[in-house]
Amino acid sequence: MWTSDLTMMMLEGIRDTLLMTLLSTLFGYVLGLPLGIALTVTDQTGIKPNGVVYKVLDVIVNIARSIPFLILLILVMPLTKAIVGKTTGSAATIVPLTLAAAPFIGRMIESSLKEVDHGVIEAAQSMGAGTFTIIWKVLLVEARTSILVGVTIAIGTILGYSAMAGVVGGGGLGDIAMRYGYYRYETLIMIVSVVLLVLLVQVFQTLGMRLAVKIDRRKR
Amino acid sequence: MAGMIEVHNLCKTFVTSEANVEALHDISLSIQAGDIYGIIGMSGAGKSTLVRCLNFLERPTSGTVEIEGSDLSTLTEAQLREKRREIAMIFQHFNLLMQKNVIDNICFPLVIGGMKKKDARERAAELLEIVGMTEKAKAYPSQLSGGQKQRVAIARALAANPKILLCDEATSALDPRTTQSILQLLKEINRQYGITIVIITHEMSVVREICSHVAIIGEGHLVEQGRVFDIFSHPKTAEAKELILKGSGTERRTLEGHQKELMKGKCCIRIVFSVNSSFEPVIANMVLKFGQPINILKADTKNVEGIARGEMILSLPDDRDMQEDMKAYLTERGLAVEEVNGYVDE
Repeated sequence: MWTSDLTMMMLEGIRDTLLMTLLSTLFGYVLGLPLGIALTVTDQTGIKPNGVVYKVLDVIVNIARSIPFLILLILVMPLTKAIVGKTTGSAATIVPLTLAAAPFIGRMIESSLKEVDHGVIEAAQSMGAGTFTIIWKVLLVEARTSILVGVTIAIGTILGYSAMAGVVGGGGLGDIAMRYGYYRYETLIMIVSVVLLVLLVQVFQTLGMRLAVKIDRRKR
Repeated sequence: MAGMIEVHNLCKTFVTSEANVEALHDISLSIQAGDIYGIIGMSGAGKSTLVRCLNFLERPTSGTVEIEGSDLSTLTEAQLREKRREIAMIFQHFNLLMQKNVIDNICFPLVIGGMKKKDARERAAELLEIVGMTEKAKAYPSQLSGGQKQRVAIARALAANPKILLCDEATSALDPRTTQSILQLLKEINRQYGITIVIITHEMSVVREICSHVAIIGEGHLVEQGRVFDIFSHPKTAEAKELILKGSGTERRTLEGHQKELMKGKCCIRIVFSVNSSFEPVIANMVLKFGQPINILKADTKNVEGIARGEMILSLPDDRDMQEDMKAYLTERGLAVEEVNGYVDE
């Protein structure tokens, strides 16, 4: 039957999942944001076109995105061990999660920034704005709604990946669902953990979209 | 005298994978300080590329652009950015920052120029006053009409005290009345602050309304340039004649209607009255003198360089000699006379 120990475990699961998801998203953006900016700026139609740089980044991103997450999880174990000191638990999962998220985030940033009207960029150039100013004060500002929608999508996706990491002892709700629900046939625990995961995704999705609409000045 | 803007032998070729497209061919222009200079041409003529060469948003393939004596191609990237602060630009689609309100849009060029936010806001408030948009300071661009957006764009362009204002089809997205008010504003800015204005347009009415000089661009070539009045009354090239006759929407409609039918096979002339000729009843006198009826297909007054000019299209009798005599008669009385058959019938 349901015990207070189980409630404790679930609460810890939620905490671990949130921690993994949010930190991985954060680190994912630390890597993915510059990547996306570089992809936008160096593209043929960008403000500093550079065919070689664009192609190299493009290929790296495509390769990284095509590796299945479970394989990546195992592939980067040596790196995880070097950074975190172990390969299981929620802290260790942050490393592969970040690496899986970064190229995907880079692509989303690229697509958001490319939505910015070229005319506005041209106007900034005509005022004497340099590349850095245009990135910082035009691209990122004008694309902020789209970027925030991207963050919402990224959190949802990373949360799903974090649950997958439960297969190799990754920690969090996914881990609980695997260990109790799948291996020990404790269906109730599995259902509860899955429902909690669904709820978390819902909460992030709703909050993210609301905020995105709120900061958008294009509509009255 | 060296002008504010000197363009010498400018060529621009766009290299694409399929073919090289020569957008501009051997263009030379001299624009004096304080001029309102029109660059007119059909769409695709290369005028937008030309205006982008004036601030090096497009680099010419060959030829030079000098702004106040400094050759833009010799400047470093940083010097060019500095120079661009003196060359403001407004656009057909306004190109305001959609996520910033009116006052922050106007502050933008000041802030990126290193001005303190507080000072920038003070200057922006002054500019809003000039363009008559003070009460909209906190509004966002999506809440403004086209004319209001262009006013904000003009205020933003003036923020850094430029010497030159480039207008790329600045009134093309606006209705006629709003166009008028924006043109008046540009005129006022030119008069009050002595800013040299370059206007790119496909509408002759815009050039007539406020420009002192005009260059006509056709298929990448400079086909004609000079004072607006001279070109309006004595267009030399086919492109100039076409632009003048088909200049504005109303003219186009008139000419494409039944009048075009009337002109078929007839010898038609276009005459332009100067100030003096308006006092004499020239047409009536001519009819009396030659004893032949004249068909007036169109009569209109137009504002050229701020002065009202009369314009008429007449259909002359079929007699060749009489046609020549009539043309001579009109020319003697100081009227500008042009045959209009060739390009109206096309």
